[in-house]
Amino acid sequence: MSAAEFDFVLSIGGAAGQGIATPGNVLARMFVRRGLHFNAYNAYQSIIRGGHIFLTMRVAGHPIRNHGDALDLLICLNQDTMNRHLRLMGPNTRVLFNADTINPGPAAEGAQLCALPVGQLTDGDRNKLIQNTIALGAVASLLRLEFDVLDEVLTLQFKRKGQDAVDQNVKFARAGYEYAAEQFQPFDNPPPTGSKPLAVWSGNDALAMGGAAAGVKFYCAYPMSPSTGVLHWMAQNARELGIMVRQVEDEIGVANMVIGAAHAGCRAMCATSGGGFALMTEAIGSAAMMEIPAVFINVQRAGPSTGVPTKTEQGDLWQALGASQGDFERFIVAPIDALDAFRTIPELFNLCDKHQCPGIVLSDLLISEGTFSVDAADIDMFPTIDRGQLITEPRADDGYQRYVDTASGVSPRATPGLEGYVHVVATDEHDEDGILISDEFTNPAKRRQMVEKRARKMRDVLSEIASPALEGPEDAEVTFVAFGSTHGVIHEACEQLRQQGISANHLHVKWILPFHAEIVSEILLSAKRTIFVENNYSGQFYRYVRSETGISADGHIRKYDGEPFMPHHIVDGVSKLIAGEVTRYVPAHEITV
Amino acid sequence: MGVSTPVKPTKLSAKDFKGKVDPDWCVGCGDFGVLRSVQLACVGLGLSPHELLVVSGIGCSSNFPGYFNAYGMHTLHGRSLAVATGAKMANHELTVIVTGGDGDGYGIGGNHLVHTSRRNVDLTYVVMNNQIYGLTTGQVSPTSREGMTTKSTPFGSVEPPINPITSAIMNGATFVARGFSGDQKHLTMLITKAIEHTGFSLIDVFSPCVTFNHDNDFPFFKERVKRLEDEDHDPGDWKSACEKAMLWGDTIYTGLFFQVKDSAALHEREPVAKEEPVVRRPLAVTEEQATRIIGRMM
Repeated sequence: MSAAEFDFVLSIGGAAGQGIATPGNVLARMFVRRGLHFNAYNAYQSIIRGGHIFLTMRVAGHPIRNHGDALDLLICLNQDTMNRHLRLMGPNTRVLFNADTINPGPAAEGAQLCALPVGQLTDGDRNKLIQNTIALGAVASLLRLEFDVLDEVLTLQFKRKGQDAVDQNVKFARAGYEYAAEQFQPFDNPPPTGSKPLAVWSGNDALAMGGAAAGVKFYCAYPMSPSTGVLHWMAQNARELGIMVRQVEDEIGVANMVIGAAHAGCRAMCATSGGGFALMTEAIGSAAMMEIPAVFINVQRAGPSTGVPTKTEQGDLWQALGASQGDFERFIVAPIDALDAFRTIPELFNLCDKHQCPGIVLSDLLISEGTFSVDAADIDMFPTIDRGQLITEPRADDGYQRYVDTASGVSPRATPGLEGYVHVVATDEHDEDGILISDEFTNPAKRRQMVEKRARKMRDVLSEIASPALEGPEDAEVTFVAFGSTHGVIHEACEQLRQQGISANHLHVKWILPFHAEIVSEILLSAKRTIFVENNYSGQFYRYVRSETGISADGHIRKYDGEPFMPHHIVDGVSKLIAGEVTRYVPAHEITV
Repeated sequence: MGVSTPVKPTKLSAKDFKGKVDPDWCVGCGDFGVLRSVQLACVGLGLSPHELLVVSGIGCSSNFPGYFNAYGMHTLHGRSLAVATGAKMANHELTVIVTGGDGDGYGIGGNHLVHTSRRNVDLTYVVMNNQIYGLTTGQVSPTSREGMTTKSTPFGSVEPPINPITSAIMNGATFVARGFSGDQKHLTMLITKAIEHTGFSLIDVFSPCVTFNHDNDFPFFKERVKRLEDEDHDPGDWKSACEKAMLWGDTIYTGLFFQVKDSAALHEREPVAKEEPVVRRPLAVTEEQATRIIGRMM
């Protein structure tokens, strides 16, 4: 096996409060420092103690953007994990568990049960988290890694807690390492070493960093899973970067404060999930009416209503399309992974500033709370910042009109405090001078003029955003059509299908509004068999594409059980669709989380 | 952001704060007196229109920014305080005045009022309280008296009203006053003090609706209002302030009920705003910052 072919999946399962995050971080760091690609998905519940948490980590010698199909190693921190997941473990897999507290049950042939006598290895240490450290040592041994690799990362992880914590963890990790080396059969292929160390981030980190790079100086939020990571990053970095970060009373306050700060001249941003986004929508329309640029992120989770707060879904597309009353100008964009999320934010701010309107980002739990490796060289913290027609120099008053009707529809924007540009902005319809035309008199001609002025801002906007392009062989038998977070998993499904002799390509739409309808139509019309893949029940994306192109699909693969697609779900769906067994395939999620 | 270099002409007059259009309020509306008082307060304080941001919500009185010569934002119903907080925290060098009505501020915007009060955001909030929903042609409001007959309470309201003064004091506002549109000199004094106050100030102003509220009209207040300033009231005494604010009979007090002078405003507590308003910071991160941020991901 070549280094690039290395591909390994391990999961840690336990209850909330058993400390799964720490070994997860340690392993992530260990692998990315070695230059390996990494992707993690944490299946968890809205619970602080108890329940079941299942963290799946995939590490590979090649770029990966999903958590894979099958487990190579299962680490059980409690009996419940063993009971739920032992059945997933096939030949040449390993199952690590604390022999003092967990009964393994019957394993499939070839699955090696690796019992760790934790009490014996720790001299009866009563720290309940110690089994995690023992397991980390055993993992390093099973992967044929030198202990130094783990030692270094443990030191990094625990140095904030003091030397005692470092020593303690290194000691017990070593005990696990040595015990495993003596007792267990290691995996055949050790992880290779990549060309250079990689960095690791979550999608929420990436969204926040994209904001920082774009020059966001005002960030506001109300905590809501799975968007809260953006707030955490911003709060942590606020003082160093000079960003005004506020946690406020509700999402209505959030959106309106963002608009106030944006009007004052800041680049301002907020993130929430569907429920909070619902509360923000009136304000989003007001930003459009007052022509104030600002960015609103909706990190989708499974709905409707409170829904499943810790599960993923692409169910808010129509919510974003329908957010706020009236016809108005805005951008809606769905990044495909963490790096794309990072790059999207500065681009979106430039567009919003240029066109003086709100921008909506559709992320989801899979991207935002997913962990991705990234080459630090790909993180450009100095993107172009273009604020559009923003007036910054004072002058003697000379009859400034905020909403002057121009050929482009864009009216030069001044911010409060600047001498010579005093004006009023209004959520009521207004004339070029900002004077209300709503209450005082009816003026159909003026109303029409102002509607058309705002609409004109977007007339040529398609030329400013990338058009979707077909990925893969042009004459493929199967064309997947999708948006947002499914890009990585579809990409891999295409590869698996190719190995099975079925050629597949992939059309991924990132910009929902404005929408490249002509290009999408052309591609769909020349496709042999179109299959829409989406993480929702009703085919929201399909219905949108159909409404914009008039083109129907040949088949659908949909998942709405709260868990993300795995590559084989899509591959299985294609065979069922090609065989004509179904026109709409819904995979069963095999992992009971 | 460019730093403006104001060339201050000779002292401005109330005319200089007159907006581009005349108010469309009903003849005799209390809001005229409030508009005049805010204009006179700004004149007295030597403010220039471009240094001022006037933010309102929705309702008759919220049309205020259009009638006032300053930077203005006519925002959504109930959201003026939130928008104003965002603007103030982005640029605390702006003088921010928030205007609106009782429905806007105490009804739909009530949640923001609670939190703006406790945060002590440096805003001057002038609520034109007419105890009725006027722009929607006369429905009960959060300050309508119990028993009041309106279009939405044709048999009389069964709900007691909110007391804006005691609520604001309890919520942590650091300047709480009540004015009367029929006593412009006093109201101008209160608004002037409120703008000078660093922190959140609420001025609840009796601003009678001459069209839809015939219970609480100008004569009703003229007969009853007494200025706290004419009595021996200590604005540092919150208990006495609350007792006097709850009087609603032959005597109804106006004036400065409560003030805390030494409580830092939100922008003074927030280290990020210490050096300069965030709106003036360079947008791009520095090489050093970028290196540190990415370094933490390795």
